[in-house]
Amino acid sequence: MSDHGEQAFAGPAILQEVNPAVLPRPALVANNRDFAWITNKICGIVEGGTPAWWWWCFGVACFIASFTVAGIIYVVSTGVGVWGHRTPINWSWPIVDFVFWIGIGHAGTLISAILCLLRQKWRTSINRSAEAMTIFAVVCAGIFPVFHVGRVWYAWFLFPIPTYNGIWPQFRSPLEWDVFAVSTYGMVSVMFWYVGMIPDLATLRDRFGAAGRVIRARIYGFFAMGWRGSARAWSNYEMAYLILAGIATPLVLSVHTIVSFDFAVSLIPGWHTTIFPPYFVAGAIFSGFGMVLTLMLPLRALYKLEDLITQYHIDCICKITLATGTMVGYAYAMEFFIAWYGANPYEGFTFINRAFGPYAWAYWIMITCNVITPQLFWFKAVRRNTTFVWVLSIFVNVGMWFERFVIICTSLARDFLPSSWGYLSPTVVDIFTFFGTFGVFSVLFLLFIRFLPLMAMAEIKAVTPQADPHSGGSHSHG
Amino acid sequence: MAEQPYGLIARFESPGALYRAAERVRDAGYNRWDCMSPMPIHGLDNAMGVKRSIVPRFSLAGGITGFCTGMSMIWYMNAFDYKLTVGGKPLFSPLFAFPVSYELTILFTAIATICGMFFLNGLTKLYHPVLKYENIRRATDDGFFIVIEAGDPRYRAAETRAFLVEAGGLDVTELEA
Repeated sequence: MSDHGEQAFAGPAILQEVNPAVLPRPALVANNRDFAWITNKICGIVEGGTPAWWWWCFGVACFIASFTVAGIIYVVSTGVGVWGHRTPINWSWPIVDFVFWIGIGHAGTLISAILCLLRQKWRTSINRSAEAMTIFAVVCAGIFPVFHVGRVWYAWFLFPIPTYNGIWPQFRSPLEWDVFAVSTYGMVSVMFWYVGMIPDLATLRDRFGAAGRVIRARIYGFFAMGWRGSARAWSNYEMAYLILAGIATPLVLSVHTIVSFDFAVSLIPGWHTTIFPPYFVAGAIFSGFGMVLTLMLPLRALYKLEDLITQYHIDCICKITLATGTMVGYAYAMEFFIAWYGANPYEGFTFINRAFGPYAWAYWIMITCNVITPQLFWFKAVRRNTTFVWVLSIFVNVGMWFERFVIICTSLARDFLPSSWGYLSPTVVDIFTFFGTFGVFSVLFLLFIRFLPLMAMAEIKAVTPQADPHSGGSHSHG
Repeated sequence: MAEQPYGLIARFESPGALYRAAERVRDAGYNRWDCMSPMPIHGLDNAMGVKRSIVPRFSLAGGITGFCTGMSMIWYMNAFDYKLTVGGKPLFSPLFAFPVSYELTILFTAIATICGMFFLNGLTKLYHPVLKYENIRRATDDGFFIVIEAGDPRYRAAETRAFLVEAGGLDVTELEA
């Protein structure tokens, strides 16, 4: 028990002959920072004064968010006719925006859950803010289907609530499945986020208590629920966290699968395909990682977090973006192939029409941003240039919005009968309502980085080399 | 002594020191004691002799409840209470009820897991005797502590203190009850 060093050499004799190469793992916290430094760095962001840039950003974000508020007030008071969708395109911008935002959320859950199960330790410095991104993206996503029902005061009909008219929701519809998928996703994401934050809230409680700032210590203390870092509590906590990660993984895969069922279960050409669930999930993760880069890189620069979000982290995120972007590209190609191979004239026409019809401009924006530009992440020089990476991440966001636009609008605009073809033109209300959701998202995210620990301190400490109880003395524990 | 103290607390320099001391406390036969650290320490529950967490039992119960809730709710709503005929499809089939039941399985599992964890850890209890100790603040920053409770049958104020010092404990302090 006491001497791990000798046990490690007691492996098969062949190991000594082949002399396996020691591959150094990149440090997850640069410059060998100690525990107190990590605490000070991350708590300092919450404890220090509000920086001027924060107020500027907050003001601009509130202004942008007011577009969504105004757009929604207008739509509710006037009717959904102020939006641009008309027969035959009855699902247009709101549903595009819904799928866009819900997809962005998926990277947060992927980072916190799937990478946790895969023991990818680099997730620790970005998982908290990625989970926050998930929750705020789900908030933005939820706005659209709720108001898209038209008479928003009847939106509660979607939930199985006993009513005087005695009719229940219709559970054979994928739209009803979607209600459950998205609301479960929102709730589980919030719970996962909160549970992950309890030890860090306790740290803030103790620091505000020590500094004599009683009110804030009380507030953080209330949410920390009396956490003391007890090892017996850690044992249950880690088990609970692992289970949450274990169930959030099938959850994140199922949510976008069910979102894709909204389309795949219909009979519209271009929607009625079995490739949709995996294709949507890959696209969601792709768009979410794009958004992670969009958010993390400025945050890293503003708060000087280079020791915690290292080049290794950026490399990892870029590589996942590259991998999922390539999967999405494969799905685009495979859709085309199946449309031809399936020999259905409507299906074949839909895909030719996507690439060369009236929406060809949107299609080629999508291909450029989702398939071509992410290929630059193959190059180390590109991944090391943070400005360039940030620009590419914006391309990913743009491309993924257009993907949903292409899927939804092209299929509806030209389906079976040429007599019922159409062309969608969004109204200014459509555009401003969507534009405003970036403000809603930013307002929430700015509040998050101001008042909550934006990195999981306890988890970062746990992956530093000095946290290994066997780090002193023997070198080959494992 | 007017009042029985809560116990003794000792601080340790590093996760390794805490780990080795925990093994010694375990081997000395104490059972009402605890370690405190700012992050989970790999293998510490073994070193303390803590059994595997029973949180998964709560999760399993929650998951089964969630799945059954989903299936029975949909059967009740669409096939029993108000028979809703849509597109000539069966009134109830586990296939169309599956996605919603699946989501509810996950939702109930998550709720049960978190509630189970809170329950087992005695959280939501905002007060604990160790919180009176000024230095305990470091347990959420960079301090590593062992607390041995006075209620432990092997607890003897002087001997336990000497034992903690000998195991490498710093600033050994008596905690008020």
